[in-house]
Amino acid sequence: MLQGHQTWVFPNRPAIISTATVGGPFEARGPLAEDFDILHGDLWLGQDSYEKAEKKMLEEACEIAIKKAGLKKQDVQFFLCGDLLNQIISSGFAARALGAPYLGLYGACSTAMESLALGSLIVDSRSGNNVVCGTVSHNAAAEKQYRYPTEYGAQKPPTAQWTVTGAGVAILGSGGEGPRVVAATIGRVVDMGITDPFNMGGAMAPAAVDTITAHFRDLRASPREYDLIATGDLGRVGFRIAADLLKKHGLEIPEDKFTDCGLLIYGENQQHEVLAGGSGCGCSATVAYGHILNRMKKGELKKVLIVATGALLSPLSYQQKESIPCIAHAVSIEHRP
Amino acid sequence: MSNKKKKKLTPVQQEYHSFAKAREPRRPVLLNCILAFLAGGTICLFGQFISDFFLWNFDFTEKTAGNPTIAVLIIISVILTALGVYDHIAQWAGAGTAVPVTGFANSIASAAMEHRTEGFVLGVGGKMFKLAGSVIVFGVFSAFVVALIRTVITMLGGA
Repeated sequence: MLQGHQTWVFPNRPAIISTATVGGPFEARGPLAEDFDILHGDLWLGQDSYEKAEKKMLEEACEIAIKKAGLKKQDVQFFLCGDLLNQIISSGFAARALGAPYLGLYGACSTAMESLALGSLIVDSRSGNNVVCGTVSHNAAAEKQYRYPTEYGAQKPPTAQWTVTGAGVAILGSGGEGPRVVAATIGRVVDMGITDPFNMGGAMAPAAVDTITAHFRDLRASPREYDLIATGDLGRVGFRIAADLLKKHGLEIPEDKFTDCGLLIYGENQQHEVLAGGSGCGCSATVAYGHILNRMKKGELKKVLIVATGALLSPLSYQQKESIPCIAHAVSIEHRP
Repeated sequence: MSNKKKKKLTPVQQEYHSFAKAREPRRPVLLNCILAFLAGGTICLFGQFISDFFLWNFDFTEKTAGNPTIAVLIIISVILTALGVYDHIAQWAGAGTAVPVTGFANSIASAAMEHRTEGFVLGVGGKMFKLAGSVIVFGVFSAFVVALIRTVITMLGGA
C-alpha cells in the first residue's frame, strides 16, 4: 500500500523466516565473524576464478537459508537477486541452480534492500510465498571489473572503500516466526556531480539522506521510533557527510542509533587495508541479515531501518567523465516476539 | 547530465561539493611524496648494487650492464606480484614503486595473472598490456616526435 510519495506499507507484515550469510577470509578477521553462517578461508572457494567463487557463495547462502527455513528448493516461489558483475551473472547462475522463477535486479550496492522491498511487496500482496531475496559481492571480482587487476600496485586514497566478499540471503514468508518487514521506501536517483570513483561514500551520502527524509516524511514518523538506523556502505567519509546533512535538513538521529554497515563489518586492525570502510552488495546484506537480525532475535533491537546505498556507475561511464548517480532504498524491519 | 552543455554543476551540487570536501580526509600529499622518494630511491640504489655486481663479476661495461640489471629488477617485481606482496608495498610506497621499471613489470604481470581465467589468447595475451599498453604507445610516439625534431635540427645545420 503506497503511503506518501514513495513508501510502501505492508499491512500483512511479511516475515523474514530465515536468513543466511556467507563471508570470505577478510570478513572472518572482522568483529562480526560470529554472525556469519559460513566463513571461507580461501578467497577462491576452491574455484578457478573469482567470478565462480562469487556464484558459489550465493548458491551456498541460498541453500543454507532454505535449509534453515525448513523448506525444500521446490518450495521457493520466487527468487529476487542481483550482484555487481556485468550482466549480473552470479545471480543468473544461482537462479539456474535454484530453478525458481527469477527476477534479476541491479541496484549496485543497494540491491539487498531493493530485493527485500520487492519480495515483501510480492508476499504482502499474496502474489507469492517463500520468496528468496539475495545479493552477493566478491572483493577481487569487483576490483577486477571496476578498478585495476587485484595485484596491481596502485595507491588508494583515504576515501577509498573495500568491497565486501560476502553473500546475504533472506527468505520471506506470509506467516511464521521471525522479524517482520513493515515498510519500504524506494529511493530516487540522486547525483550531486561527484566524479571520483574512489569516493563512493561522498557520492552516495545525499541519496541516503534523500531516502531517509522521504521515509520519515511519507510515514509521518520520527527517528525516535527506531532502535537502529543503519546505512548500507557509506563508510567513514560518507557516513559523516550523511549525518551532518541530516542535521542540516532538521532530522536529528541520536548518534547511538545511527550507524553504517560499512563501518561495522571491519575492525580497527583492518583499517589500513579497508581505508574508509566496507562497500559492495554483500556489505549491507551480510551485516543486516547476519549481525543486525541476530541482535533483533536476541531482543536487543525491536525496530530497525536499513538504508542500502548504491552507486550506479560503471567503469565505462567513469572513463567517459560522467558523474556518479546514486540511489538508496530503505526497509523497515520490526521484531516483537 | 549526459548533455555536454549541462555538465556545469548546479548551485545545489556546488554547495554539496564544498560541504562534502570539508568532511573528507585529505590525501597526505607531502607524506606520500617522502615515502615515494624513499621507496623509489631504495629501488634505484638496489639496482645500482645489481649493476655493480654485473660489472665486477662478469664481462660487462657500464653501458651493457644496464640490460641484465633491468631484467633482474623485473623478475623480482614479477615474483613479488605473483606472491601478492607488491600491491601492499605499493599502497605504502605510491609512485615510489610505480615509476621505476618494477611498476611497469607489475602492471603487466598483474594483468596477465588476473585475466588467466579468460584463457591464454583472449585473457593473458589480449589483456596483459591493458595498463602498460598506453605507456608503450605514448612512449614510442613521443620518442618518434623527439627524433623527428632532432633530425630536422641536424638537417638545418644544427649540432
